[in-house]
This record gives sequence, C-alpha cells and structure tokens, in this order.
Amino acid sequence: MTTSAASLPAALRPRQLIHWIGVAPFFLFATLFLILPTLNIVIGAFRNPQGQVTLENLGKLLSPSIRSAFWISIELSLLTAALGCLFGFLIAAAITLGDLPRWLRNGIITFSGVASNFAGVPLAFAFIATLGRLGFVTMLLRNWFGINLYGSGFSIVSFLGLALTYLYFQIPLMVLIITPALEGLRREWREAAESLGASGAQYWRMVALPVLWPSLLGTLALLFANAFGAVATAIALTGSSLSIAPIVLFAQIRGDVLNDPHLGYAIAFGMIALTAIANGIYILLRMRAERWVK
Amino acid sequence: MAFLDIHHLEKAFGATRVVKDFNLGIEKGEFVSFLGPSGCGKTTVLRMVAGFETPTSGAIRIDGRDVTGLPANRRKIGMVFQAYALFPNLTVAENIGFGLKVAGEDKASIARRVAEMLELIGLPQLGARYPFQLSGGQQQRVALARALAPRPQVLLLDEPLSALDAKIRISLREEIRRIQQDLGITTIFVTHDQEEALSISDRIVVMHQGIADQVGTPFDIYNRPATRFVAEFVGTLNLVDVDVVEAANGRVRLGEVPVVLNRPLSARAGERISLALRPETVALGRTEGHDVVLAGRIAEVHFLGSVIRIRVTVGGQSLSLDTFNQPDRPPPAVGASVEVSISDRDLLVLAA
Amino acid sequence: MIGKRFWSLFAVALGGIYFLLPLAGMVDFSMRMKRGEYSFEAYRIVLADPQFQQTFLYSVVLALLTIVLGILLVVPTAYFVRLRLPGLRPVIEFITLLPLVIPPIVIVFGYIRIYNTSSILPLTGTWLGTNLLLLFGYATLALPYMYRSVDTGLRTIDIASLTEAAQSLGAGWARILTVVILPNVFVSVLSGAFLTFAIVIGEYVFAALLNVNSFGPYMVWMGGNRAYEPSALAVVAFAITWACMGLIQLVTRFSKFSTARR
Repeated sequence: MTTSAASLPAALRPRQLIHWIGVAPFFLFATLFLILPTLNIVIGAFRNPQGQVTLENLGKLLSPSIRSAFWISIELSLLTAALGCLFGFLIAAAITLGDLPRWLRNGIITFSGVASNFAGVPLAFAFIATLGRLGFVTMLLRNWFGINLYGSGFSIVSFLGLALTYLYFQIPLMVLIITPALEGLRREWREAAESLGASGAQYWRMVALPVLWPSLLGTLALLFANAFGAVATAIALTGSSLSIAPIVLFAQIRGDVLNDPHLGYAIAFGMIALTAIANGIYILLRMRAERWVK
Repeated sequence: MAFLDIHHLEKAFGATRVVKDFNLGIEKGEFVSFLGPSGCGKTTVLRMVAGFETPTSGAIRIDGRDVTGLPANRRKIGMVFQAYALFPNLTVAENIGFGLKVAGEDKASIARRVAEMLELIGLPQLGARYPFQLSGGQQQRVALARALAPRPQVLLLDEPLSALDAKIRISLREEIRRIQQDLGITTIFVTHDQEEALSISDRIVVMHQGIADQVGTPFDIYNRPATRFVAEFVGTLNLVDVDVVEAANGRVRLGEVPVVLNRPLSARAGERISLALRPETVALGRTEGHDVVLAGRIAEVHFLGSVIRIRVTVGGQSLSLDTFNQPDRPPPAVGASVEVSISDRDLLVLAA
Repeated sequence: MIGKRFWSLFAVALGGIYFLLPLAGMVDFSMRMKRGEYSFEAYRIVLADPQFQQTFLYSVVLALLTIVLGILLVVPTAYFVRLRLPGLRPVIEFITLLPLVIPPIVIVFGYIRIYNTSSILPLTGTWLGTNLLLLFGYATLALPYMYRSVDTGLRTIDIASLTEAAQSLGAGWARILTVVILPNVFVSVLSGAFLTFAIVIGEYVFAALLNVNSFGPYMVWMGGNRAYEPSALAVVAFAITWACMGLIQLVTRFSKFSTARR
C-alpha cells in the first residue's frame, strides 16, 4: 500500500487531494463567474457576428462619439484620482503627523471607511440635494451671498459636478490606504535626516516621498480604476446626459442605442484594456521604485 | 569651560520629571557613557543634546556656543540610533553622503568622503548595496559612517549595539572605540549594559531616576561606587550584614569575626548594617593581604568557563566568590567545608 | 513647528466642510417635503411604499446570502492556501484583486453573453437562474474584501498548531474548519461580511442589467420620478453604511479585548 501511494504524483495522494478539493470550489467559481465572462468579452471584441476574427469592432471605438466618451472617462478618472490622491494625502498627513488628538484621527478613519463605501446611487442623491438646482448649497449661496451658481454655468449634471461627486469616495479611499503607509514612516528617519542637517522639505523630498512612492502610485492606479468603472453614481446623477464610457456601455447592453453586441464587446474591452494599462503602468513603476526592497 | 557643557538641565513630560538638574562637562575628544536602566532619563538627555527634545530648563553649550534653542538640523551633531534608521530607499553610499548632499557639497568631494568613510568602517565594497541587503552589524557601521561623514562636532550613540548579536556587539564596540579615538571626536554613548560602558568609556555617568548618581572613570565607578544603586547596577555584588561595634574607627563584627574598616561609620554601635563586596575580592583559602578569614560551606558551584563562581554559606550569610579556572585544580565539591578570606579594604560602605 | 498643528487642523477643517455639506444637504432636502416646515413626510411616504419594503427586503436577503456564499468560498480556500498550498497564494491574490480592476459593468456584460437564454447554461431564462446569477455576481464583487479580511484573520492565529492539535484529537477536515478555524477567524469574517453588506445592499448596475427589481434600481427609479424621497432614501442608505462600518469597528475592538485577556 505504501509503495503505491508513494509512486503517485504528490498532488494525487489522498492527503494532498483533500487540500485541492478544499480550494476547488473557489477556482470553479472564479473560473465560471469572473474569468470566463471576462475572457468572453475579450474574445468577442475580436470576432464578428459570424465568429470570424476581426479588428472591425475595435475600429468602431474610433468613431467620434465613442472616442469622446472614452476621453471624458479618462479625463474624469485621471482628474479625480489625482485630486483624490492629493487631498487624501494631505488629510492623512494631517492626522498622522499633525499632532492632532487621537479621537480626531480615529473619527476621520472611521468616516473614511463609511464615505469610501457610500458610493453609487445614494451619493448621487446627496449631491443633487446639495449642489442641484434647488440644492442646499446652491440656495445657501444665492440667499446669503447673492451668488447664482447655475447662472455662472455650473451644473451638477456636468463634468465638474461628476468630478466633485466622485471625489467624495476617492479622497476617503486614499486616506484609508495611505494612512498606514504614513504611519510606517519611522520617526528615526526624520531625526537622522535632521541631525545630518536636512530641512523638513529635504527630508520629504529625499526620504519620505521616495519611500511612500510605491503606495502613492498604487493608490493612484486603484483610484483610476475605481472612477473608471463607476456607473451607478453617474447614471443616478446625470441619467445618460453625460456620455462617459461606462454609461455608453450600459446603454449599449440595455439595447437602447444600437443592438450591436460586438460594439458592446469592443467598448467593454476598451475599458478592461485601460484599467489593465493603468495597473500595468503601476506595476512597472512600482518595480522601479522598489529596487530598495527587492 | 568644557567642550560640551550641560548646565542644570531639566525635562518634564507633563507632571513627570524625567531629568532632574543634570550637570556635565565633556572635554573635547572624550568618550562618555550614560549608563542606567530603561526609563532613567539617559536617552532623554541625549535627545536634548541632539535637539529632538526641548529642555524644560537649563542650557546646553557646544564649544562655547549656546545651542539650547537651535533646531536639530543646525547643531552639527552626528547621531546613531538603536534600530540603525538607515534610509531604506538610498544605497549605502547615498546614505553616507546624505549629510554632505544636503549641505550642498559637490559630487566629487562627496564621493571622496564616502569612499573614505567606507574604508574607515571596513566595508569599501558595499557602497552600491541597499540597507536591506546588509546584516545588522553592517547596517550599524554604515549608520556610524553616515553620522560621521559631515564631520560633526559631537557624536551621539543611542544604544547602538542593543539590536545586535552578542559576538558582533563586542567586535563593533571595539571598532566604535577605535574609530572614535582615531578621529578624536567627542562622543556620548547611551547604554543599559554595564560591561559595554565599562569597556569603552573614558568616563561613565550612572543615571538613576533622572539624576546622575555618579560620574567617574570606569575604574572609579566599579571600585568606588558612590551609591548603593551604582554598586548594585554596575557589576555583581555581595551584601554582607555586619554588627557595628564602634562607629568612629569603623569596628564591626562579621558573625563572630572582628573586622576593622578604619573608616568612620554613620551608624551607631549595636546597629546592623550592610557592607558590599565584589565577588572577585573574595579568595578561596587564605591569601596574603587578606586578613579576615571566615569558615564556610560550599553551597553552589557554577562553572562559567574561564571563571568559576562559587557560593559559600558563611555564618548564615551567602557569599559569592569568583576564582579563575585552573585546569589542574577542579572546583571544590558542594557541601565541602572551606575557608574564605577577604581584605577589610575591599569592603565597601555604601550611602543609601 | 508652531504652524504644524494649525495647518493640520486647517486641512481637516476644509475636508470636513467638503464631506459634511452633502450630508447636511441630503438631510435638509429630505425634510423639506412639506412647504415651510421641516417634517419626516418623505420618510413616511418612502417607508410606507410597498415597493420600498419589497425591494429592500429582497436586497437584504440577497446580501445575507452573498455573505454566506462568500464565507463558503473564501474560508476553506484561504485556510488550505495558508496551511498546505502556499504556492497558490500569488494566484489567489491575483484572482481576488481582479474584481477591483475589471469594471463591474464588464463582468455583468460577460454574464449576459455567457448565460443568456441561447447558451448551454441559460441562467437568465428563469427567475431562479437570474437571482442565482445576481448572487454569484455579488459574491464576485465581494471576493476582494472577504478574502483580505479572512486572510488577515488567519495570519493572526497559529493555524498550523491549531490544525495539528485538532487532528491529534481525531478531528477531520470539515470539523476542523467549522469548529476550530471558523470561530477563531469569526471577527475577521464579520468585518468582511459587514463590508459586503454595505456594498451589496444598494448595488445598481448588476441588478439593473439583469432586470432584477432590487433596492438599487428602485432608488434610481425614485430619483427619476420624485423630488424629496430620493434624499430620504440616501439618508437611509447612508445610515446603513454607517451601521456596517460601526459594527466592523465594534467587533474589531471586541476581538482586541478578547485576545488581550488570553
């Protein structure tokens, strides 16, 4: 008995087999409901309705309306990711290094957990109630300061309005991710730099920011993907009046526009490609930035 | 005035005074250790010298200049931390050159100085490595080089050896001393390890509850401890209870044996006091110059290698003594009756 | 040094204004239904709406089922990977990161193409199938959060020793997982569960594209047709998110106490 068991490949021995059975449901599930659906889209993007390989679908991405939808999406995602990183970083720096009371720090971390998950439809409603035509702040500005927000061209159903709304979950996400990284900066590094004659700015430029750089980049990529894939907020806020890539895809799937599934494939593929590129850039930069730990 | 002058230094965190009226003058090129248990205030004094903490009151002068209000980055002080604190994103060479770079020196002179420092710490081939690729001992050498590269006026070492293995700790400590003497740099070394402090320093400051209990050479500190705390903290100590017979001359009785200390005692006749005795001053058997001979019984024998530590029960009291190992003479057996002898000059009278 | 505290407070205060104004706006708007006075009229109407009750209940049940499915998928996997199959770790981490990188709308699009009525597995053709597909979709969305919190939980306990101890007492794998491992990572599982709940309860894209009338699509419908009720719904949703995050804090704090006592 022992000889036959020993001659089997390691993975097939009964004891090992049970481990693989333990992880099998996960892999089955991930294959069926994550990987296959995504692959289906990617392959579909390169096929015509007759099942032949083609680049025709991707060519349709270059049509002016879809190209501009992608551009607006990229601009929106880049802008909110960059601003989210910037403001999130400032808040995280304030609560970790700013000598503030502990309860304030804890309160902000908890709130960030809430706000980063308070996305989607309710968030859009909150912003409509605040900056909409009859919103809280709009009325406040008009009644107290005599400023007519909508008269000056602002609308919540616009690029700027959408960006303001997205920042509501982008900034807290940055706070949540970067706070532990900031807390990982050791006090001795700063003291060592100081005793060597460095100013605060020199310490940040030469030590702290390079150390934080990989985390910053990673969060930027994550925030980009986060904004790029956000559909519910945009739909609830603008209906379909602002044409961004995920809304175009949404309409496409719903069949409201053209019933051409292969154009849908192409748009979806474009979205995957962009988030993949964003993450690819991130991984590359991170590898370059982290020579000092690899 | 001394090169580094610490004058009535006080530090309180809230209501707790962690440093109380600390005074010390350190000469140029001197190596001074702050020795004490954790929480005694030694690191706080060091951090005030470095400029990381602001004194509650008092003054610090370096080379005649008052630096008490000066920020850390303008004090020209080199600091080495317990946990190395090398910048992880910079190579060894970049770490060492950091201070020169922020001072705005040109690349060529930085490179020259870095090479010189790498040579000094004996790691000339490791300039291109990153800190994570080095062992703890190597990292601490680099940290030392980094602190020394900008030619600081004072070098501060905050428990630099505590995170290292025993063997490396000793070799690095010898190296620190060698480099310090080569450069003639004024140095403060903070440690809780008495052996470290005794072996490396010109002078030692023993600190206890925010106060400098005693300042002196290692020889003084060990052989003539000023307080009971110093005596107990530095080295091993026997405490011997004696009965005072006459205070003025210091005549006491150890069990039944009369001993004359030839020093006046503050206790009165008939009182029982404790005297201290280093284990290595107790001899097994009779020895020349040891006038006090006591009979006892061997209670424990600990073979430590070059030294054998023996505990002897003498008249109900326990006494530790150290003898050197001699290959042709095995240590006495437990339970054997022996005589031990001591010299009355080695008995220490301690202030409380 | 003197300015540090000031600038920190300044940054936090500015952030505070930006983050609190929309909340104030949403609460203010939700109470303005009756002209000239503050009232809870919008809330009353919403809560009494049978559509609300029905879709909300549906979403709650779905969220709970998602949590159960998530636990069943993630706990054994994370356990075996940590204990016996460390080589799989990079693969698992990559897979569990995918839902954060691939836009959800793309995933659901894939579902519609693969599991439509003319496919081998026509899940979208039946009521049960559609609901199952939505459940699987939500479990996919929850994977990153579930896996990360369970894995963190497993890291803090010595699963190798626990497993060997249980085996030496004669326990089988199923028993070890349910009786020994799960209770020990329960707090982490709960954290992941509350997070999942917060994400799933108001989800819109999956539900809308699979034509399921859950809480998310209901909210959007209200947003298109009513003025004040959406704000009331937003307040309710915000309260649920707060409750979930608060509960995570609570269980984590509770777990810190219980480990400290050990």
